[in-house]
Amino acid sequence: MSGINYGEKIPNNVNLSSDRALQRALEHWQPNYLQWWQDMGPDGSHGFDVYLRTAVSVEPDGWAHFDHVKMPDYRWGIFLAPQDGQRKIHFGENLGRDVWQDVPGEHRANLRRIIVTQGDTEPASIEQQRHLGMTAPSQYDLRNLFQINVEEGRHLWAMVYLLHRYFGRDGREEADALLQRSSGDADNPRILGAFNEKTPDWLAFYMFTYFTDRDGKFQLCALAESGFDPLARTTKFMLTEEAHHMFVGESGVSRIIQRTCEVMRELKTDDPATIRAAGVIDLPTIQRYLNFHYSVTIDLFGADQSSNAAIFYSAGLKGRYEEGKRTDDHQLKNDTYRVLTVDGGKLRETEVPMLNALNEVLRDDFIKDSMAGVGRWNKVIEKSGLPFRLSVPHKAFNRQIGTLAGIRVAPDGEVLSEAQWQANQHKWLPTPEDRAFVASLMGRVVETGKFANWIAPPVMGVNRQAVNFEYVRFN
Amino acid sequence: MNAPLPPEVLKQHLIDPEICIRCNTCEETCPIDAITHDGTNYVVDPAICNGCMACVPPCPTGSIDNWRLVLKTEAYSVEEQFGWDELPGEKALPDTVSANAASNGEEIASVVSEGGEGVDSASAPTPVFSPSGATIPPWSAAHPYVNLYGHKTPAVATVVGNYRVTDEDTDSDIHHIVLDFGNVPFPVLEGQSIGILPPGTDAQGRPHHARQYSLASPRDGERAGYNNLSLTVKRVTEDHQGQPARGVCSNYLCDLARNDTVQVIGPFGNTFLMPNHAHANLMMICTGTGSAPMRAMTERYRRRIARGTNGRLMLFFGARTQRELPYFGPLMKLPRDFIDINLALSRDAAQPRRYVQDLIRERAADVLTLLQDTNTCIYVCGLKGMETGVLDALRDVVVQSGEDWTILHDVLRREGRLHFETY
Repeated sequence: MSGINYGEKIPNNVNLSSDRALQRALEHWQPNYLQWWQDMGPDGSHGFDVYLRTAVSVEPDGWAHFDHVKMPDYRWGIFLAPQDGQRKIHFGENLGRDVWQDVPGEHRANLRRIIVTQGDTEPASIEQQRHLGMTAPSQYDLRNLFQINVEEGRHLWAMVYLLHRYFGRDGREEADALLQRSSGDADNPRILGAFNEKTPDWLAFYMFTYFTDRDGKFQLCALAESGFDPLARTTKFMLTEEAHHMFVGESGVSRIIQRTCEVMRELKTDDPATIRAAGVIDLPTIQRYLNFHYSVTIDLFGADQSSNAAIFYSAGLKGRYEEGKRTDDHQLKNDTYRVLTVDGGKLRETEVPMLNALNEVLRDDFIKDSMAGVGRWNKVIEKSGLPFRLSVPHKAFNRQIGTLAGIRVAPDGEVLSEAQWQANQHKWLPTPEDRAFVASLMGRVVETGKFANWIAPPVMGVNRQAVNFEYVRFN
Repeated sequence: MNAPLPPEVLKQHLIDPEICIRCNTCEETCPIDAITHDGTNYVVDPAICNGCMACVPPCPTGSIDNWRLVLKTEAYSVEEQFGWDELPGEKALPDTVSANAASNGEEIASVVSEGGEGVDSASAPTPVFSPSGATIPPWSAAHPYVNLYGHKTPAVATVVGNYRVTDEDTDSDIHHIVLDFGNVPFPVLEGQSIGILPPGTDAQGRPHHARQYSLASPRDGERAGYNNLSLTVKRVTEDHQGQPARGVCSNYLCDLARNDTVQVIGPFGNTFLMPNHAHANLMMICTGTGSAPMRAMTERYRRRIARGTNGRLMLFFGARTQRELPYFGPLMKLPRDFIDINLALSRDAAQPRRYVQDLIRERAADVLTLLQDTNTCIYVCGLKGMETGVLDALRDVVVQSGEDWTILHDVLRREGRLHFETY
């Protein structure tokens, strides 16, 4: 493999060719990655020409190059936001010191753990979505799926670069393990629960990209504040790509809602059975999917009280969302935060030291951001003159992690007995029948400019192209 | 959309709130902090946006790429945009737009007579993309570096000089400020501008926006061969309506002492650039601090006199009085065969009021000769209002010689030979 000119093969702004050892390490890893992409990447898609955005630099004019490419030939690169020589650690006990350009020995294990956990989600989502291409509702949506897939692949590269560059042998082993774990694998699963769930249909995909990729956004935002400068710079650039993923989710759900509302108005009905018979997804089913993805995603932020989170923060490894824009002392030693607990069958807020509640702080920021988008979905329904409104369930609903794990709570926040939960959960979470119905709608639409019946076309195409542009050439 | 817009019309940049997903990418990308948000919408401040398009390719949704033609005086404010659920429709511009453009010469005269007031002011005007001029540089322009330093990663420069360049007894307090970049690379060209981040926050507690200033020094430094540059800054003490208003950034800059440091972003500008080929002529038309880029270009030419390849330089320079003309002394020392200087003084007790457009008409024959030479590039810099007056004067010169101005104007724009930088 030594003949490969990596300066061209791996676009990068880290002067890769000047570091022979690192270059060799990545040379070793690259064929394994490509093999993994062949085995676990988008199924049956390797020969398609896909209209993809490739980043070729981090400048505004350099990271949106569009062209038809075959995905295995996609130019996965290593991009860090420009280095700012003046950056200081701006939170925690090292506040005011210069940021680290190398891994400080005492934080090595924690940083590796943070990077591995983030890195593990990237290939996981590709694995979760690998069969969706078979049922894409249009070329436009298929292209968006593939765009997300290749960018998640690039995010894996970003994390693998950090592991190889800064963590020596351990790092290389962790990088290999990222390709060995597999989403949903009983023996060697992905690290986080939500990344072992199936993404069986396109409604689930849009919900996943809306909620779960938004978790990604908040984690990346918190890491972009890090005192470990290479991590901050790489996550900062990843965020610009992540934005597209959330767009696909938000606009995807919005288009499904719009199509459903059109049919409801035509048929003048809100009866789910009639609406389903017309071949579109009824709003209560969309609400149940929302409840599921929302609750599974907010678990990703971790336990509501966590000493690890406190350590990461105090050490300057992981900040809060928009840490730099907050005006407190950035030490938080005397601050408190209100978290939910269950007390005598009732939910109650208790004050705990903020340092231990930083997962909860990030979760609450996520919740605020999520609700804004749900509000925009409701605008679509409102515009159609229909009274139905979507809402996010209570924070304690369907939780598996933290103090609230296993407690039965209705979407409105009422604490329930196990019997009440069992009797009602089919109203709140997608049932096997719901999933079977949605699956029954999933048929592949390949014709340029055509869309499946259950989803409205987008308002505009990609990169100013028309909606009926040939986004994927199937060859 | 290639037809020139009347100067009172703005092609306003807007974000579609129905499609935007509030991902913050545009705000992060904007090199001059023109994009901001509240709890509902991301919006573009029409007073700051210069249409550089840096935010357009990174936007994941396409919501960023919306433009409306509006009268500059009726541009949608940031507050209005915060309240939107959807974009407003295209509003028809009043039929009188072009008629107005022709008839408001008087108003322009009064604006120009202020002598280039206000590089910044309470209403923070910054250079506006002007469709009357070219959107490409001349063919022989050097390739500029732009956006090397953003508001998150500003360059730090040290003040090595700060001099008043207008007489002490005038109201017009214009400073010549020299900034040294030490070892920080900050490559610039004449005609480019830089942004200064004033320290502190505004009334809402947000950091002040950057203010843009044109370079007054040539590419190889205020002092040739040094990594420094100069700016021409007028201390703003009143707004465009004459009400007292203290310009945040201009006062900050004018009060700087030697060895103070300032935060600088940029460079900006990839069209208002000078030609580099032998025998290229420059026609420079400016008022007040609009003289900064003209000084830069003139100095570039002056340093190359010995080569003998310079074309002709013709300068039209307006101010209220001679004592308020920045750089008057050094300007007058330049050899007459190097530069043809025409001063228009609007408040000289000994003379009737004269504006740059009057002088252009007076010098019609020489102006015409230059306009007809394909080696000529024209640069106009000063207050927004001067654009119409100058265009009208140029048109008169051409039309009176029996030529077609529309055709020539189009050629000048297409070949990157007519440039406006107004604020």
